[in-house]
Amino acid sequence: MIKIDLKLFVTLSKYQPENSKGLEIAEETTVEKLMKDLGIPSELVKLIFINGKMQKSKYRLKHNDRVGLFPPVGGG
Amino acid sequence: MGTSKIEERYDRNFDTISHGEQKTLGGSKVVVIGLGGLGGCVCEMLARIGIGNLTLIDGDVFEHSNLNRQLLSEEGLIGFSKAQAAKDRVNAINSDVIVNHLAEYVDESNLYDRIKNGDVVMDCLDSISTRFKLQKAAKKASIPIVSGAIAGVAGQVTVIFPGDKGYELIYGKKGGKQSEGVETKTGNIAYCAFLVAALQSSECLKVLLDRGDILRNKLLIAELWTNTFDIVDLL
Repeated sequence: MIKIDLKLFVTLSKYQPENSKGLEIAEETTVEKLMKDLGIPSELVKLIFINGKMQKSKYRLKHNDRVGLFPPVGGG
Repeated sequence: MGTSKIEERYDRNFDTISHGEQKTLGGSKVVVIGLGGLGGCVCEMLARIGIGNLTLIDGDVFEHSNLNRQLLSEEGLIGFSKAQAAKDRVNAINSDVIVNHLAEYVDESNLYDRIKNGDVVMDCLDSISTRFKLQKAAKKASIPIVSGAIAGVAGQVTVIFPGDKGYELIYGKKGGKQSEGVETKTGNIAYCAFLVAALQSSECLKVLLDRGDILRNKLLIAELWTNTFDIVDLL
């Protein structure tokens, strides 16, 4: 198992698990799989950023990764 | 306004913004598209900073639902043109600013013409698909975009130079087909709009002065329930 810090923004926050800081997940888990496990519909996620850099949903998570998922935001 | 009055207006800024830089701002032309939550605040700040020429565009009029966040909205201005209100506000703050106000909506047919004489265009729109159209027009006009977007108590800011991938990096290739984001569910809270407008105004000044760290190919994301400020590399 590895640990990650997960932050779900705006409307995605309702999917945030209680223990999102230091969340334990299996090694080699992709962001795609993590989203599926948490019940987050992929069409709701526009930006995936890991350690401050944009990544694709196929990215394989590593120990201590800081993961942010952001929905489409377009208001003015 | 006479020279001494201008000196007095900016006198306390000069350790931060030099005389030469102030002169550059006075000679700059900025186009603000969308005069709602973001655009109203952006006008206020750009007028106070001393941008010499502002083109202010919005075809909308104020409604009661704007009063929760839009700086220029007032109970007495319901039904009144946002573009006219923005012009009146800028004139009241800084009579040295030349203001062109256009009470019209933008689309592919008029965007290029409306922005082509600007040095920077401020994207304060509320539609994702129109943002893509703006990027196309700004590329043709060879001018940078300072873009802000908000939803609830979260917001994002980026700067797009001509030829950059820009919105495609944020909303995806198909993003241009999408008109709205999650703000339709969350609404927008006043202090978040003001914050993002302030960040946009700061980026505008830095682009005009070619100074400081500019959010090119980067996205600043702010979320205020958790006081989170992230700068994400988009490339």
